[in-house]
Amino acid sequence: MSRPPSHPAQRSALPSGVHPFPHDHLLGIAQLKPWEIAFLLDEAEQWVEMNRAGAAKHDGRLAGLTQINAFFENSTRTLLSFEIAGKRLGADVVNLGVSGSSVKKGETLLDTALTLNAMHPDMIVIRHASSGAVQLISEKVGCPVLNAGDGRHEHPTQALLDALTIRRRKGRIAGLRVAICGDILHSRVARSNFQLLASLGAEVRAVAPPTLLPEGLDGYAVTSFTDMDAGLAGADVVMMLRLQTERMEGAYVPSPREYFRFYGLTEARLAKAAPDVLVMHPGPMNRGVEIDGAIADDIARSAVTEQVEMGVAVRMACLDVLTRRRRGVEGWA
Amino acid sequence: MTGRIAITGARVICPASGHDGVATILIDGRTVAGIGQSEAPSDATVIDARGLVVAPGLIDAGVFKADTAAANAGGITRMVLMPDQSPPLDEPALVAYAQGSGKPDVWVHPLAAATRGLKGEELAEIGLAKAAGAVGVATGRKAIADARVMHRLLAYARAFGLTVVTHAEEAALTAGAVATTGEYATRLGLAAAPAFAEALAIIRDCRLAEATGAALHIRQVTTAEGLAAVRAARARGVDVTAGITPAHLMLNDMAVAGFRSFARLSPPLRDERDRLAAIEGVRDGTITILSSGHDPLSQEDKRQPFADARAGMAGAETLLALGLGLVRDGVVSLPGLVAMLSTNPARRFGLVAGTLQLGAPADLVVFDPDAPWRIDGHRFHGAGNTPFDGLPTAGRVRLTIKGGDIVWEDQVWRA
Repeated sequence: MSRPPSHPAQRSALPSGVHPFPHDHLLGIAQLKPWEIAFLLDEAEQWVEMNRAGAAKHDGRLAGLTQINAFFENSTRTLLSFEIAGKRLGADVVNLGVSGSSVKKGETLLDTALTLNAMHPDMIVIRHASSGAVQLISEKVGCPVLNAGDGRHEHPTQALLDALTIRRRKGRIAGLRVAICGDILHSRVARSNFQLLASLGAEVRAVAPPTLLPEGLDGYAVTSFTDMDAGLAGADVVMMLRLQTERMEGAYVPSPREYFRFYGLTEARLAKAAPDVLVMHPGPMNRGVEIDGAIADDIARSAVTEQVEMGVAVRMACLDVLTRRRRGVEGWA
Repeated sequence: MTGRIAITGARVICPASGHDGVATILIDGRTVAGIGQSEAPSDATVIDARGLVVAPGLIDAGVFKADTAAANAGGITRMVLMPDQSPPLDEPALVAYAQGSGKPDVWVHPLAAATRGLKGEELAEIGLAKAAGAVGVATGRKAIADARVMHRLLAYARAFGLTVVTHAEEAALTAGAVATTGEYATRLGLAAAPAFAEALAIIRDCRLAEATGAALHIRQVTTAEGLAAVRAARARGVDVTAGITPAHLMLNDMAVAGFRSFARLSPPLRDERDRLAAIEGVRDGTITILSSGHDPLSQEDKRQPFADARAGMAGAETLLALGLGLVRDGVVSLPGLVAMLSTNPARRFGLVAGTLQLGAPADLVVFDPDAPWRIDGHRFHGAGNTPFDGLPTAGRVRLTIKGGDIVWEDQVWRA
């Protein structure tokens, strides 16, 4: 199986006199300047190479540091990705899942945060079902906090891994036409991607049935489409979002088959996009609901597995950069 | 300390009688014994209040807790209590108990629950509740979703001469929403409902009030469209009044940025256009009652992710100062503000109060309209969940008198 061509990594230019990443936490894309986003992507490149290098995929720079992955909402791939990222950099990684949490026993979120903090972690990765929960915890703990998804608000590492995937496949982000399709209303992935892609100069489109399109998208410099054929016209990248089955049974759209008929990604529909279109999906996919299985499996066009691969690299970069101050890295202390 | 008290040198404002000028006001026992220019009687305790304002004690129309310390510090002598208590005020005995819950510092006037358990399904015993002391009935924190129940409630309440207080948010459209639809809600990823959900509720309830001849008070009208619906109904002769809290006059949905759960209110904060429309609603007299919506909440209720936090604010101690901001901005005159805070709610709920006329209960507030201070939730008497924390403001209560007793006095004044 041959790998699709990828563009060589190039260092992005920083404006003179600015710190490449002055933040204590990674809460969202909203707080990041374009050059800070580019810096994280640049940093991730080395980890892509290392992860591909063969058997010895290890770097000890986070040795002795404790990373807690506190996931208050179920997740498989993001949790696994953060765990592997931490371990490849030598951190001691501990996972706290929903079932093991005392949140179920009535403890407030802030008490949980203070409990975690008392164990002196060096980084906490959090996923929570409520928008803003990760920021709330970050205000109460003494170490870097990484948002692994909060409600419908943000999922910054997903947007970063998407951007890295696009940049490696297309060689750039500026000027590309990106169509993000599906359940925009409930999607933190869409919100983070709108901001990141627009910030790096892409033309961003939102494609969804009207019941799944939130208001106020013009504030993101995003153009909305309810006609998928029109939304896909000339697209360089098509990013499909997962549609939760419980939202398909009449609440937001009448049925899965009607949804697939009008908003599913099929060969015929994809023909409206640019000839070298890149198809992406944050996973897990509903084959035959939002995306035709054959498209997802076509390695020339689909970047779905590459997204997973970039996810580990991007998270390694985020863990490294956010802990530089406490590790006393020169220029960061 | 009942006896004779003479307050001298202050600007005495009584919207009910139209009095507005420097005078001596004499309190004898539990009632007002006169306003005039004569010397204070020799046996009276004289309070020198030069440079200050004397007004009827504030009547806070629609609070969720009979929080006496906070009320007195805010110049409030009467609270119209919402039925959203634990348990809800849907039994005459509960109404009677609630009526006594402010003694001896604050008169509490309960609103009876309109429906059993405030569920919006079956009418509560509102006739018996009136006999037990209820001054009106209220739908609670939510609107009654079922138009048939609302229709019957209004028809029934009219027969007992009870004003129906309603919450104007169309129930199905706002279910689960914690913000107003718009760019801020979308950016923050908050479940939102359109602002017009308010107008939908108001249009329905005004039409039902028109059909039944009932008296309707909408506790908070916060949108341009909602205000237009109130004006239209009033032009048709519907007996409808509108209220608001300072939050919707001073804050817009930007206050929610950063997930500030203290700005989680019900109804949610609106956009700037609606905020300006609400100020116009005060200026043109569509909104006649300003209340605090006082709802003190614990840290456990508020220090939560935005959507998980309970809606509500502690407002009793800041009501007057924030109201005085409207006077400074030229939106209302000082007597106009005093009317919104005392005389108008007294009239709407049939209270013998909100006036300084001879023989009226000696409920007074003495305040310095210009004294500057900074709002600090940590210094509140009770919970400090205010969306105005840290805001510089002006207007300090110096003295609160309820039934002839001084129930609160500012520590720095006269020190």
